[in-house]
Amino acid sequence: MLVTLSTTHVPATDLGFLLHKNPARAQRMDLSTGTAHVFYPEATEQRCTAALLLEVDPIALVRGAPEGFSLGRYVNDRPYAASSLLAVALGKVFGSARRGVSKERPDLVDVPLPLEVHLPALSCRGGPELAERFFAPLGWQVAATAVPLDETVPDWGPSRYVDLRLTGRLRLADAINHLYVALPVLDDAKHYWVSTDEIDKLLRAGQGWLGGHPDRELITARYLAHQRSLTRAAIERLTDDEPVPGDTAGDTDGDTAGDTAGGPGPGAAAGHDAVDAAEATRPVPLAVRRHDAVLAELRAAGASRVVDLGAGAGALLPALLADPRFTEIVAVDVSARALETAARRLHVDRMPERQRARLTFLQSALTYTDARLRGYDAAVLMEVVEHVDPDRLPALEHAVFGSAAPATVVLTTPNAEHNVRYPGLAGGLRHRDHRFEWTRAELATWAAAVADRYGYAVRTAGIGDDDPAVGPPTQLAVFTREAR
Amino acid sequence: MTAPLLVPELSLVVLVGASGSGKSTFARRHFRPTQVLSSDTCRGLVADDENDQSATPDAFDVLTYIAATRLRAGRLTVVDATNVKREDRATLVALARRHDVLPVAIVLDVPEQVCLDRNAGRPDRDMPPAVVRRQRADLRRGLRGLGREGFRKVHVLQTPEQVDAATIAYEKQYNDRRDDPGPFDVIGDVHGCLAELEDLLAALGYALDRDGTGRPVDAAHPDGRRALFLGDLVDRGPDSPGVLRLVMGMVAAGHALAVPGNHENKLVRALAGNPVTVSHGLGATLEQLAAETPEFRRAVQDFCHGLVSHYVLDGGRLVVAHAGLSERLQGRSSARVRSFALYGDTTGETDEYGLPVRYPWATEYRGAATVLYGHTPVPEPEWVNNTLCLDTGCVFGGRLTALRYPERELVSVPAHRTWYEPVRPLAAPAPTRPPGVLDVEDVLGKRVVETRLAGRVTVREENAAAAIEVMSRFAIAPERLLYLPPTMSPPGTSTLPGLLEHPAEAFAHYRDEGVEQLVCQEKHMGSRAVALVRRSGGGAVHTRTGRAFFDPATTAAVLARLAAAAGTAGLFDELGTDWLLLDAEVLPWSAKAAELVREQYAAVGAAARAALPAAVGVLEQAAARGLDVRPLLELQRERAADADAFTAAYRRYCWPTDGLAGLAVAPFQLLASEGATYADRPHDWHLALADRLADADPVLVRRTARLSVGVADVAAATAWWEGLTAAGGEGMVVKPAGNLTRGRRGVVQPGLKVRGPDYLRLIYGPGYARPANLDRLRDRNLGRKRSLAQREYALGLEGLERLARGEPLWRVHECVFAVLALESEPVDPRL
Repeated sequence: MLVTLSTTHVPATDLGFLLHKNPARAQRMDLSTGTAHVFYPEATEQRCTAALLLEVDPIALVRGAPEGFSLGRYVNDRPYAASSLLAVALGKVFGSARRGVSKERPDLVDVPLPLEVHLPALSCRGGPELAERFFAPLGWQVAATAVPLDETVPDWGPSRYVDLRLTGRLRLADAINHLYVALPVLDDAKHYWVSTDEIDKLLRAGQGWLGGHPDRELITARYLAHQRSLTRAAIERLTDDEPVPGDTAGDTDGDTAGDTAGGPGPGAAAGHDAVDAAEATRPVPLAVRRHDAVLAELRAAGASRVVDLGAGAGALLPALLADPRFTEIVAVDVSARALETAARRLHVDRMPERQRARLTFLQSALTYTDARLRGYDAAVLMEVVEHVDPDRLPALEHAVFGSAAPATVVLTTPNAEHNVRYPGLAGGLRHRDHRFEWTRAELATWAAAVADRYGYAVRTAGIGDDDPAVGPPTQLAVFTREAR
Repeated sequence: MTAPLLVPELSLVVLVGASGSGKSTFARRHFRPTQVLSSDTCRGLVADDENDQSATPDAFDVLTYIAATRLRAGRLTVVDATNVKREDRATLVALARRHDVLPVAIVLDVPEQVCLDRNAGRPDRDMPPAVVRRQRADLRRGLRGLGREGFRKVHVLQTPEQVDAATIAYEKQYNDRRDDPGPFDVIGDVHGCLAELEDLLAALGYALDRDGTGRPVDAAHPDGRRALFLGDLVDRGPDSPGVLRLVMGMVAAGHALAVPGNHENKLVRALAGNPVTVSHGLGATLEQLAAETPEFRRAVQDFCHGLVSHYVLDGGRLVVAHAGLSERLQGRSSARVRSFALYGDTTGETDEYGLPVRYPWATEYRGAATVLYGHTPVPEPEWVNNTLCLDTGCVFGGRLTALRYPERELVSVPAHRTWYEPVRPLAAPAPTRPPGVLDVEDVLGKRVVETRLAGRVTVREENAAAAIEVMSRFAIAPERLLYLPPTMSPPGTSTLPGLLEHPAEAFAHYRDEGVEQLVCQEKHMGSRAVALVRRSGGGAVHTRTGRAFFDPATTAAVLARLAAAAGTAGLFDELGTDWLLLDAEVLPWSAKAAELVREQYAAVGAAARAALPAAVGVLEQAAARGLDVRPLLELQRERAADADAFTAAYRRYCWPTDGLAGLAVAPFQLLASEGATYADRPHDWHLALADRLADADPVLVRRTARLSVGVADVAAATAWWEGLTAAGGEGMVVKPAGNLTRGRRGVVQPGLKVRGPDYLRLIYGPGYARPANLDRLRDRNLGRKRSLAQREYALGLEGLERLARGEPLWRVHECVFAVLALESEPVDPRL
């Protein structure tokens, strides 16, 4: 990976004194991240360019990677694309310059110089626009063009790499600090573990410019690898007595980072639906109304031993735990990881023993029968069935209504008719893992057939504001086992 | 020489005796150390002191737990504790009953002075004489009541001499006939239908033997086959005594075996003069028997009384019981076993006809043994999880049915008339578990799958936990997911310059295994796919992790074309099947892996091709200035060339598709069809079949190039491989020509992939072949990959064989699931 830094200040070769690197020699430095080479492709009175070339060893990079590492990571862009590896090299190789120290030209360090920076392959999630947003407010003229993914396949569009040229009249130390922060932020990834001392590093490098940057929240969150607690602390220190803004939209928190592969599981979806996010601005969010409706049905049924099928990360569990009438709560999900997340969020390890004894976590799949789920008062299927392929529904029906056969089943699922009220959906489904969404008539037909087959009575209703034309956003079906 | 003490092979042996009576010595002499659970040892385990009496309750908890675990697994267990108190023994008797094994007491009732002397001689033990006296008093008080307490056998040894002279002899369980392999003709409920029984025996090939008055008294089969009666010989029908006379004659002559039914059980009680409700046809039987001689009635009573509740036969592969038997109770002895065998599993409820509601144990049956039973009349015998009910309601006007074992052929004769009106209509019972239903117990937790090829294959619990998520959320429905392909190993690493893989190592591997003839097959660079092609259309195309390969419309279109091709090629008729399961590669790579290609491969290429020429440019400028950057410049030039080669490598495997347009399917193996698997057919056969598909639809179906060679002909194979890879091919797969082959260490690798040097850039990175990199990459460990490939191969074939045998879905799914679970084992993904 490569970065070049040029100046047309006269004499341009003063750049060598400012960078503490002699233009007459090529130098190499062994760093923990690789080998850095510094050389000057041009060094005249009128124009001088320093190049920093960082060579990383792709094989050493993945050595010691945990086994079971996915194949793609062995073939990766780290040796080529400018990223946090290069930022670290910049900081090491041009350390004095970054601090604004020069033995030979002390009077020049605080003088804005005519500078040019070129990064031929900058990893930039957010494309040329984000590069512009980062650098333009800092006084740079930005020329950023997206590198095509493959010029022989134009359909594939641009890659996440940008050819970036910056020109401007800035202090050299500022320029290096801008790059030092920009590389990891634009790449949106760090090659090393981010801990609290990163806050100090960021604030030091950002001194004098980060606090006033219009995108300081985004920059901070990305620099601190989206760890919310760190981000808040950093922004508090940046802003002194200004109020702390909420979490940056679109960013994930440390808990769920890495959970993106394959999308959230059934149930885990409840809190993440695009629609829920949209609804979140209303006085009572839809997710809360859904929980309330489910709980009301469970209470009305007189249930005390309840199974939450497809509990996911445990959205419904706090409400169930809060009501002592629910003496036994079983959270079931197919994802062991989701259940671990649920246990962590509920702080199960710190729960008093009596409370803890009410709660059980079980990994199971709803397309398989499971004797452990038999004999409960009620089962909840909250936003679950729509995550099951239609041809697997009979297996779920048998497992829930035929095998587990609780006295009551409370089911919620989106009302597809209501989707027209979400312009953002553009006719699609509410979640990328939804296999279908039912209209009210479709749910009623299915529910009646299931009830008939397995000896239940069923009643359907809505959750959320009832729209006269398309009905409420969520539908509810309550099944009650008939006495035999 | 005294008679040996008889102990059933599976029992809980309770030693009873005061401290110092010699129990531990006795146990050591007659039983294996692992069979003996001593209260002293358990006290030591929980309290670091074998004599700490305060630890006794905890010690017994441990002892009971271990004993329960052993009994559950069917292992003889000996409890070495004083057991002089009735309540202590009651706990142990209850434990034995809970696990359906017989409790046996061996009492060491030696004189008090012997105990006292021995205790005095043990410095580690401070046992007051008063305690020993009390123990002896307790023991003597309970001695006479041991049989009433529930011990099936009680052996009392009264002197040290008797104790020393004692020997143990093991008794086989009455129900243990594992050494009897048959063959049998297993006959369902007869219920006094003598005429139909005669018909059936004749149909089965038996010759009837009649007495002076023409009554059948025996039947023998010319081939030595034996009849096996499943009980309910009597009641409701016209001639219960006649049936008894014939069956008793056959049993006495060694021509038949019989287990009792609930009707025999009740008949015994009635004949013995016990009060019973005379219903369900018992009255008629008693009337019929009243016309017989007292001797015959006595013989009937003895015969029915002596019947053993169930039999385990043929090495444990066959279990017969009137009402069936769950796996846990097979080969066990207890009142519960007898009750299940006679009446089945009931829920305690009664249905609208006042009959007990039976629990459908068979739908949950997972045992290895075939269970044959009667008791519940069914319109047609139907295999449910390796169990079969043979009561086809003859007395109700149905049929009398037999199953030939081990042939598993059904033979039946119709009833002459309806002899008895059924209380409830003779129809299929209420739908229980639909055939496609799977239970989490089939897949979750640590699993061991028995395979024919590789024995027991273990699936770790965490791998199963990971696989169930993938299986239940993303895989296609299990009834269409019949096979997942095994992973494939590369050959040993080449030492040739610039190469990581070369045919020579693959050939050397098979030479070592003793394989002589090989076939090299072109390795298409696409994505592995398994296609279930139905003659009538439909089926499935799925990936190696069980996901649907295409959207529904494309799937239907591909399957329709494949079905048409197979039809044109005449494969359905030739193989006598309505479906084919094909192993194939689907091209292009980008059809399935579009996102991976873009996000990973194209992206790396784009970054490299943007960065490296720029680096070359500035270095050339610097060199022109006279700076010493030559080596660095050369390196960047090489890397730029590597990046171009890398880009060229992935581009070769990507082209646009639109529905079927641009898509190609390259089948290379027929996995299964109705009732058949083909792993033992040579690859030539498979490829010839694939060629016929390609001939029938040359647009969609792509041929697989191949070269048949002897294991010594490395040169020819190398030349062929070089030709393939130079033309941009991924490489080749080397397989034993004969397909499934056993070598020196079990089943040999079904194939080894030898990948070309350019293709490997996609796996190991653009510049992997530069000497500095290659030397480090040569150090790769293939052992795990090989072992995984072997296990997955064995599991895959096992599933197909189970499918071919018509085994229930869960048995097939178990194998498919295990392959998926093994795929989550951590293995270097570059192999």
